[in-house]
Amino acid sequence: MHSIPARRTAAARTRALASPRFATSISKVGSRNIYSATAVFSQATQRNTTRSSNQYLAVEWSSGKRKFATVSNNVVHNDDRKPHFDKILIANRGEIACRVIRTAKKLGIKTVAVYSEVDGNSLHVQLADEAYCIGPAPSAESYLRMDKIIEVCKRSGAQAVHPGYGFLSENAKFAERLAQEGLVFIGPPASAIVSMGSKSESKLIMSDAGVPVVPGYHGSNQDPDFLLNEAKRIKFPVLIKAVHGGGGKGMRVVHSSSDFHEALTSAQREALKSFGNADVLVEKYIIRPRHVEVQVFADTQGNCVSLWERDCSVQRRNQKIIEEAPAPGLSKEMRAELSKKAVDAALAVKYVGAGTVEFIFDNDTEQFYFMEMNTRLQVEHPVTEMITGLDLVEWQLEVAAGNPLPLSQSAIPLVGHAFEARIYAENPRNDFLPDSGPLLYLSTPIPTHTFAPSLPTPTESSISPSPDAALERSVDTSAKIEPSLRLEQGFGQGSQIGVFYDPMIAKLVVHGRDRTEALRMLRRGLEEYKVVGVSTNVEFLRSLAGNESFIEGDVETGFIPKHHKDLFPPISAPSPELLAQAALYVVLRDQPKPAKLTPWTTLPSRRFGGDVYDRLITLQTEDSSIVPVSVHVRSLSSGFFDITVETPSGHHEFKSVPANLSTPTTISTTLNSTSLQTTIVSQPPPPSLPASTSPNTMERLHLFDSLTGHKTTLVIPSPKYLLSLGGDLLGSSQAKGVLKAPMPSVVVEVKVEVGETVKRGQAVVVLESMKTETVIRAEADGVVRVVGCVKGEMVEEGRVLADIEVEIEETN
Amino acid sequence: MRPAIQRALKQSLFDIRRSYHASVLPSLISTSSPDFISKAEAMDALVADFEAKAATARLGGGTKAAERMRSKGKKLPRERLALLLDPHTPFLELSQLAAHEVYSDSVPGAGIITGIGRISGRECVVVVNDATVKGGSYYPMTVKKHLRAQEIAREHGLPCVYVVESGGAALPHQANVFPDKEHFGRIFYNMAQMSALGIPQIAIVHGISVAGGAYVPAMADENIIVREQGRIFLAGPPLVKAATGEEVDEETLGGGQMHSSESGVTDHLARDDEHAIAIARGIVNDLGKAGGREVPPPATPEAPLYPAHELHGIVGTDLRQAFDMRDVIARIVDGSRFREFKKEYGSTIVTGFANIHGYPVGIVANNGILFSQSALKATHFMELCSQRQIPLLFLVNVTGYMVGSKAEKGGIAKDGAKMVRAVACADVPKLTVIVGGSYGAGNYGMCGRAYSPRFLWMWPNAKVSVMGPGQLSQVMATVSKDPTKHSTLKDEIEKQSTALYASARLWDDGIIKPTDTRDTVGLALALAAREHSHGGYGGRTQTTWDGDSKGFGVFRM
Repeated sequence: MHSIPARRTAAARTRALASPRFATSISKVGSRNIYSATAVFSQATQRNTTRSSNQYLAVEWSSGKRKFATVSNNVVHNDDRKPHFDKILIANRGEIACRVIRTAKKLGIKTVAVYSEVDGNSLHVQLADEAYCIGPAPSAESYLRMDKIIEVCKRSGAQAVHPGYGFLSENAKFAERLAQEGLVFIGPPASAIVSMGSKSESKLIMSDAGVPVVPGYHGSNQDPDFLLNEAKRIKFPVLIKAVHGGGGKGMRVVHSSSDFHEALTSAQREALKSFGNADVLVEKYIIRPRHVEVQVFADTQGNCVSLWERDCSVQRRNQKIIEEAPAPGLSKEMRAELSKKAVDAALAVKYVGAGTVEFIFDNDTEQFYFMEMNTRLQVEHPVTEMITGLDLVEWQLEVAAGNPLPLSQSAIPLVGHAFEARIYAENPRNDFLPDSGPLLYLSTPIPTHTFAPSLPTPTESSISPSPDAALERSVDTSAKIEPSLRLEQGFGQGSQIGVFYDPMIAKLVVHGRDRTEALRMLRRGLEEYKVVGVSTNVEFLRSLAGNESFIEGDVETGFIPKHHKDLFPPISAPSPELLAQAALYVVLRDQPKPAKLTPWTTLPSRRFGGDVYDRLITLQTEDSSIVPVSVHVRSLSSGFFDITVETPSGHHEFKSVPANLSTPTTISTTLNSTSLQTTIVSQPPPPSLPASTSPNTMERLHLFDSLTGHKTTLVIPSPKYLLSLGGDLLGSSQAKGVLKAPMPSVVVEVKVEVGETVKRGQAVVVLESMKTETVIRAEADGVVRVVGCVKGEMVEEGRVLADIEVEIEETN
Repeated sequence: MRPAIQRALKQSLFDIRRSYHASVLPSLISTSSPDFISKAEAMDALVADFEAKAATARLGGGTKAAERMRSKGKKLPRERLALLLDPHTPFLELSQLAAHEVYSDSVPGAGIITGIGRISGRECVVVVNDATVKGGSYYPMTVKKHLRAQEIAREHGLPCVYVVESGGAALPHQANVFPDKEHFGRIFYNMAQMSALGIPQIAIVHGISVAGGAYVPAMADENIIVREQGRIFLAGPPLVKAATGEEVDEETLGGGQMHSSESGVTDHLARDDEHAIAIARGIVNDLGKAGGREVPPPATPEAPLYPAHELHGIVGTDLRQAFDMRDVIARIVDGSRFREFKKEYGSTIVTGFANIHGYPVGIVANNGILFSQSALKATHFMELCSQRQIPLLFLVNVTGYMVGSKAEKGGIAKDGAKMVRAVACADVPKLTVIVGGSYGAGNYGMCGRAYSPRFLWMWPNAKVSVMGPGQLSQVMATVSKDPTKHSTLKDEIEKQSTALYASARLWDDGIIKPTDTRDTVGLALALAAREHSHGGYGGRTQTTWDGDSKGFGVFRM
């Protein structure tokens, strides 16, 4: 216990002593009536009143018998409601931790955050009532440490643990251990996690429950030739997938039998590395698939509802990037069928809480197949919240407390259309490779809502008495609602992104009366989302949200490769107006800001005898092969400038331009009679980096054009002498021999030993960062003098991995 | 009470009083009167002519010479200057038209750029050799301009940065460059003494720095040389060959690598011009307490109430036409507020207190010929300023002291002498702007060049000579019997009295546009207000040096 430094420990201890969960709760009952007339559920008799800590495992389920409320009996019985927890622990970080804390706060529930050593100042720590450090940065030593989390629960008196997504959210062992400790896991029963955790087992269960599955082999025979035969039976193209996989890891598409063995070996290797198990399954590969999933919610009484479907088809690197609800172009019959199968699937595993049943929807045959069930609250849950007007975290807490679902199927709204765009630190133009770094600057659209907006309940006519008919619902696009925008973020300006954890920065969630309105809000929100410090996919998401096929709702999982050309238009040269503004920004920010005001500082750029201060500013794009552009800025009387931009396309002049910095990052100017407010953020290079022609060793200016919403990055080229000095440094034999970690990463393999002779280009160390391997190679022939890392070690940026004594080249 | 609060309180009280202030000068001029318009047009033309000449001078040796420098990978002198100065800070250039039409060949700006600018947050005197002009060689005016810049540095305690690329003395002119007291050798004498006074001396060698020129970097406290470009030697390869028979190339003889690694003549080896300048900026940044510190003005600066461009129409170019100097003051001083002293007494001279860019200043300005009363009033006022340590600004438009028996009987000679004595000995920095004529003894009483004002500027219309043109004609008529000679001499004196003629010969620190007066004076007042180690207002300005325990400055080791 002493190993966990605690914040607000005294208070925590007091609360811990006074919080037997069910003793203090009576007074709270009745004071809240959240669901008023729309709330339902009358099966008080069916409610399992056992309050054992492993209550979820003890519930008896009658598979297939769904218990929907009847319309006539939709009054909530407050007296029978079980109280919420007094204090919960959130075993997660980032936006989802913040998300859970917000709902808990709304309900008056105290929150306990846990954090790793690098997360001490993060938002979830600040928001929580208490926070405990549980270990060093690597997840395995902090967020995945069950023992520490349980220790914190006991110490803080938290009665339940919300796992968020990722980390321990789908770890059955964790759920079990919590139960053993008398703590509640806010999630499904461990058995359901186990069943659904294995892709092959889950499919068997589904087949048995009558849920269609993709043709394939899900058995345990891993003999390559056997698997090839199975592939031939299923017919190519087929997909090889890791049985315990996820997130696109250990997944290979094979188009012909000749490629099969190679793909199999590589998938198995990756599976073994990522999940500790090389087993794979083989199934039919659908050429134009859509990813449609249904949000289900089940309670301990055996009720299960569908909160409608989401479409998450548009993916990159097999990971979701933009999600929407409802799925575009889905008929109400199809919706009902999907929902029914999803509910069946949940009931088949005696599911409790929030779950997602994922289907592959074949665009060509309009068939859908069960893919997998995610036994957690998913990243994209807000889109469901937006169209239903619900708070799913609140529902989770409700269910975890042992209460029935707050709404019956027929009372669940389906209003408007919602999108969620995931803002990632990544480089879309470089195959969406993740990026990492600090959020040097962050400016976001102002959210209209913290939670989902409240939505009108379904009208009488749309409420059907039959349970199956209740699933047959068309989208209400006539409801009088205002478009809304939500921002789910866990990091503020200055945070480090993607170094140790997932590179997702935030989620932008919008809701409108229909898909067009929602898309408009999405584009607007993305335009206002400005990040500097890491590359992001914001520009890409904007192109996506403005793409014609996407607007049409013509989505499929292969959307990005299919529309690659439209989504990645060639980068146009920056306009003279933009270059002029960048130059003006440099001029204005360089004006003296002295502590002592004398005429020598208050008369900027003053010259005499008709002389005018003329400053030449050179700018170039990040593509260093393009010739730099010269901009002359002549300082006229205070606040006015003459600007001449010399680009390869010609000579552009702007006369008597007024300009000032309205904020340190906003330049206000008027060019060609257009009043402009442009956000410009400077990103200086890391000071220890020797200058080179690489843009990251130069000052970069990030411009957010207010007219087009485009982000442009310009580089101020380093002076020649810096390049010369940097060149000496980089070219020295000593520097050539020193191999440093280019980013924080894990040492996967050390391939050399001290004293070993290495050749130029030979692999020395293999690093992994952001789920990507990087091979560090010798830059010259030589002998290894020092090895500065060991396998499995976490190394910081700039750590010397190896030092090679470079052989002096013989010159003739 | 904390000083800041006190200041704020004082300021707010001051602001309340300012809401209606009897000291605000009225403006009674009519800008639409034909008289005003014609005066303005004449001045506009003169200013335009000056600007054109200054613009030509700024081009230095012209495009061919510039291209030659560029082709060698060098920056042009003015590019070096721009890189050296903090971006977007003022540069107070001195004597832009030095050597204008002085020599048979054109030597724009006397082949040297001098001025005061800000480097790494400190005001410094910058001396840049213009190698596009005669290879940066020193003409007599070049020496004079260089020495004047050093004098300004010394008086204000300003660090000096020499941007060197010069072949040394211009041999055909050696007699007027080398031997005398105020000639080439004085540059190094000044460098040594300024160093001893704690005024840092920094040199950047961008090109050749030979013979006498070699001593600029050698005498500097800290210096920089550009690799494979800067060269320092006492004698170049031809001379060496002649003297000793040794054959050696320039780089081996005096290149940056040699001097930085072997001789120790240079301290920093730079890759190129830009690098050298970056190093120099770093050096200035590391000057510590040497070189003094700026002192902000005690009051908040305010713009004058009336536009500066009206000065053109107020003054005009015909010196015979009188104008009220208060109209000039109203367009120069903060809030056009002028707290006049002895307004009703000796009305041909205007005295009073004002602020310019927040700095207090005592103004002495002419409104006609000087009578005994005017001289006494000016003397009294200078005594006040001296006692209060308020710098003096002379706005000059004077034909001289009154002559005639009445005046002589009234003791104009002794009253005038009082004024001259007061000017010579007033214990405060003095600034002089000649806005009209500065004739005869009036030039002395109104702090002419001989009275060592910290700065002396002339408007383009200004004249300086022993007497006004009217008097001159009459005097000539009485002393000379030959009317032809008489007219030639008159023309010659007329020509010699112009601002252009004076400025070309460094009788001033440059011609300034009337509209630049306020900012120019403001910058100079800020320099005068600086704190520096050797004395401030009461400090020694004498140039003899015979053992007053100041030591030696920095020896190059």
